[in-house]
Amino acid sequence: MSDTSLPFRPATEETPLTRRLLIGVAVLGLALLVFAPLAAVFTEALADGWAAALASLGNHDARSAIQLTLIITAIAVPMNAAFGIAAAWFITKFDFRGKAFLITLIDLPFSVSPVVAGLCIVLMFGANSLVGGWLVAHGFPIVFALPGIVLATMFVTFPFVARELIPVMIEQGRAEEEAALTLGAGGWRVFWTVTLPNIRWALLYGVLLCNARAMGEFGAVAVVSGKIRGQTATMPITIEMLYNEYLSVAAFSMAALLTALALLTLLLKTALERRHADALAASHRH
Amino acid sequence: MHIDIDEISKQFGATAALHPVSLAIPSGALVALLGPSGSGKTTLLRILGGLEFPSSGRVLFDGQDATHLSVQDRRAGFVFQSYALFRHMTVFDNIAYGLTARPRATRPEKAEIARRVTRLLDLIQLPHIGARFPSQLSGGQRQRVALARALAIEPRMLLLDEPFGALDAKVRKELRQGLRDIHDTTGLTTVFVTHDQEEAMELADLVVVMSMGRIEQIGRPQDIRARPASDFVRDFITV
Repeated sequence: MSDTSLPFRPATEETPLTRRLLIGVAVLGLALLVFAPLAAVFTEALADGWAAALASLGNHDARSAIQLTLIITAIAVPMNAAFGIAAAWFITKFDFRGKAFLITLIDLPFSVSPVVAGLCIVLMFGANSLVGGWLVAHGFPIVFALPGIVLATMFVTFPFVARELIPVMIEQGRAEEEAALTLGAGGWRVFWTVTLPNIRWALLYGVLLCNARAMGEFGAVAVVSGKIRGQTATMPITIEMLYNEYLSVAAFSMAALLTALALLTLLLKTALERRHADALAASHRH
Repeated sequence: MHIDIDEISKQFGATAALHPVSLAIPSGALVALLGPSGSGKTTLLRILGGLEFPSSGRVLFDGQDATHLSVQDRRAGFVFQSYALFRHMTVFDNIAYGLTARPRATRPEKAEIARRVTRLLDLIQLPHIGARFPSQLSGGQRQRVALARALAIEPRMLLLDEPFGALDAKVRKELRQGLRDIHDTTGLTTVFVTHDQEEAMELADLVVVMSMGRIEQIGRPQDIRARPASDFVRDFITV
């Protein structure tokens, strides 16, 4: 052993002071930016006690908002999961012209402001447009109705699943699929028995992110929904309306519920990861 | 099964991976496609396996035109360069895959599948690894499992893409003998791709030397050594 009185530390290790400082900054940042607002939402919601908070969630408009948000999520997330898988599959398993352009296109919803996306839908499908006018005349309005809100939500949350899948599928390459083909499996069988199991964790992650964003989407939905109370007002829209009307307990109760839904998704993810730790380790991912 | 490659060419966009090449592989032969990277050897192997389709020319299996036969219908046992074992399945399920993927009418019973997998595990001399996952195996074990998986479908031929490429020198020598033994036991027409001339010369009955999408020479190892057909071949085999 060398002289232990000399301060020895590996090149990649910081001094104790630097370490404490860095940890301190991280904890402080997390506390200020994440925990404090979270705590504030729940305290404000419970300012007049549990009874008042629950009562504010029990009225017709609030229940309609919760129901609407859940319906939108239940439609938009599976659709985007399917589209995301299809897009990622197409991009990673085939070579074609314009691939880079398609990848850029998938990212478009991240770079376009949701409000602009909402306006585009209004312009495309509004009652004054060609398509929208025809649809309204035939009793199927898009804007200021459920289809428009679902479209807006799907547009904004489209990249999540594809973005998660593309790098994983590129890294895994095509060899396993090709092997399955040479062993006699057809296209669907290859997909269900080889492709899907290999991407399931990335898919789950993408779906959870997509779900969280779909429930919380405000901008695009605000434009296309028309904010009709009890009809097209989603949870985030309702929160804003209640807040503007100084109904702080009701606004924060709804906000707390939305937060709880998001936390639940995260919890679900953690639980799944823990339960399948072996499979995760075996597939060299995360 | 004997294989005839008749004026096969392959274009990838503007580049020609294979100029028209012809080759006759006798039934039961052990053939090496030898060449540097970019010589077209892997493309030719993938065309035989039905993973690529030629731009022109024909492939004949036992005299029957198989050019447009789908990859599933070729029944070619294919061993991939990095083995491409299904990482989320056990070794047992990997080997059984080709049997369970069969349509119900021709699919063997569960017990029969288990029996066959056990027999293949014995053949590759790894009888006790059925429950393991690919990530828990050594490189040499993976290669042998990939071989067993390819053999499970009762293939008409065996195609191997750089089967020893990812292994260290000692394991490589052992597995060379292993492949020779399996070839001799099964009697399958076997084609493997390699860039290692020593490997090709030692293992194969027939060596096909390729360069830049063309076949430079076809012959028995000793004949190629004794009479290289071109400067390229002479340079390539005297490393």
